[in-house]
Amino acid sequence: MQSKPVAEQLPDLFAPRPIAKGFVAYCLRHPTLSFGALLLILMLVLAVFAPWLGTIDPTELAPIKRTREPSAEHWFGTDAVGRDIYSRVLYGARVSLLVGFSVAVLASLAGLIIGLLSGFLRKLDGILMRVMDGMMSIPPILLAIALMALTRASVENVIMAITLAEIPRVSRLVRGVVLSLREQPYVDAAVAAGTPTLSIIVKHILPNTLAPLTVQATYICASAMITESILSFIGAGTPPIIPSWGNIMADGRTLFQVKAYIIFFPAVFLSITVLAVNLLGDGLRDALDPRKAKLS
Amino acid sequence: MFSYLIRRVLATIPVMAIVALFVFSLLYIAPGDPAAVIAGDQASPEDIEKIRKSLGLDRPFLLRFTEWAWSLLQGDLGTSMFTGMKVTELIGQRIEPTLSLMFVTLVFAIVIAVPAGVLAAWKVGTWIDRFIMALCVLGFSVPVFVVGYLLAYFFALERDWFPVQGYTAMKQGFWPWLENLVLPGVALGFVYIALIARITRATMLEVLSQDYIRTAKAKGMGTTGILFLHALKNASVPIVTVIGIGVALLIGGAVVTESVFAIPGLGRLTIDAIVRRDYPVIQGLVVIFSFIYVLVNLLIDLLYTLLDPRIRY
Repeated sequence: MQSKPVAEQLPDLFAPRPIAKGFVAYCLRHPTLSFGALLLILMLVLAVFAPWLGTIDPTELAPIKRTREPSAEHWFGTDAVGRDIYSRVLYGARVSLLVGFSVAVLASLAGLIIGLLSGFLRKLDGILMRVMDGMMSIPPILLAIALMALTRASVENVIMAITLAEIPRVSRLVRGVVLSLREQPYVDAAVAAGTPTLSIIVKHILPNTLAPLTVQATYICASAMITESILSFIGAGTPPIIPSWGNIMADGRTLFQVKAYIIFFPAVFLSITVLAVNLLGDGLRDALDPRKAKLS
Repeated sequence: MFSYLIRRVLATIPVMAIVALFVFSLLYIAPGDPAAVIAGDQASPEDIEKIRKSLGLDRPFLLRFTEWAWSLLQGDLGTSMFTGMKVTELIGQRIEPTLSLMFVTLVFAIVIAVPAGVLAAWKVGTWIDRFIMALCVLGFSVPVFVVGYLLAYFFALERDWFPVQGYTAMKQGFWPWLENLVLPGVALGFVYIALIARITRATMLEVLSQDYIRTAKAKGMGTTGILFLHALKNASVPIVTVIGIGVALLIGGAVVTESVFAIPGLGRLTIDAIVRRDYPVIQGLVVIFSFIYVLVNLLIDLLYTLLDPRIRY
């Protein structure tokens, strides 16, 4: 027998709002994240498909056509020795993205290892953190410059130099996260249950460091791109033969007062790419930690 | 308090020692043969051997490091391989423009960034807040030399408001000195402003939600008074900390800014040294800049006790 309702059902004052599922809805909920990712993907496409996007050999000299203003033939103009700036800028995206991603991955990995070691082995902590303090006292760009002065100019060495300069900050971050996680009740519980230290690190600590580390990695990627362009700009980075945004701007430096467009185009591309990565980082930070997102 | 001062000052000694050790070790960490790299591609084996000797790479690491550190303690940073001058002398000649540039930038950045951050926190969620925060993201994304060239293009080439390049020493008058430093200062300050404004906003938001702010409001205190007397004062410690940390950005950026605006300072010296692969000069510059950085942060640590009487040591 069906029971009769005692009273009328109350009207739904706060109708449950279904959270839309699916990829598109997720992107709409995180506009910063999706916009940054979109811009970055666009740059990646430009970099990967550079040879098929109406470019010519970016190192081809054409002294007759030097310092041509932007036109239909040369969209971004030509530089002091007649190289097509549009082609150079597109190929230059490869260097910037390669350096940015490599440094982000390598510095995060190294920082993760050092941070975990120093968060768990108290004896090592003192030494490691003093070394990191010392390294952090050297302005990163100067550290990279000093290393580049001692090695042959190459993309690999640029990556290595910037990575070394970024490691201390990541290590500090991971160590901080590890130290606060160690105090969590579930870690105590795991210790009480007799879980070996190594599997505590792998199963309980490591997964929790990944979110802040991912966010940090995007910021490292952004700063590595800027550092690479600065190194190339002052002649301590990518060898001049390889077109990179810093190199193109370095070439345009002496002509700046008369031919400003040589510097303008690589500058715009560099800024947009770094902006894309920064937006991605901000978006990730808010998406991965919604509690903090409301505050900031 | 006094004993804290002594302890804090003494605590910087190991940090500086590690900086020195690390900078020195770069010669050994760097992959490949630094002597061959410094000598260049056209160098004969004898040249390389000569450089190896002058860098001391032919002697054991510890012995060489003790020698180097000992002369460093006596204020000797070695001799330039290119000009044959003392590195300290070279740095002494070039330090004024760089310190001027950094000082002007610091003043600019604080004067703009702190009020901007306070405003954003006060108007949180409005378009003013969003606008300021958007500018900050831009500040983090546009490299210093791009800002420099943009400023030079619009305010020096298009309109003749400021000189395009160059530097006038301070003893030739305050205004000519300042005039040359406005554009470089703003360019260099761009990312620094973003950094300070962001932290100012974040800490102000935290402070503004405290009970004593509500009390101040309840007793009828004006907004300006609340923001600047109550809130900013209590938010000052993190802000000052970031100002100190950001000096590393300033130092790195100064190298590039000086190149854009043709300022004959330490940045210019660094670039010349890179082109000539004059490693002793680069080494000396890294040491000097790092020591400046450590000292600035020491000063800031000592400033905490003035800003927040609760901090006692």
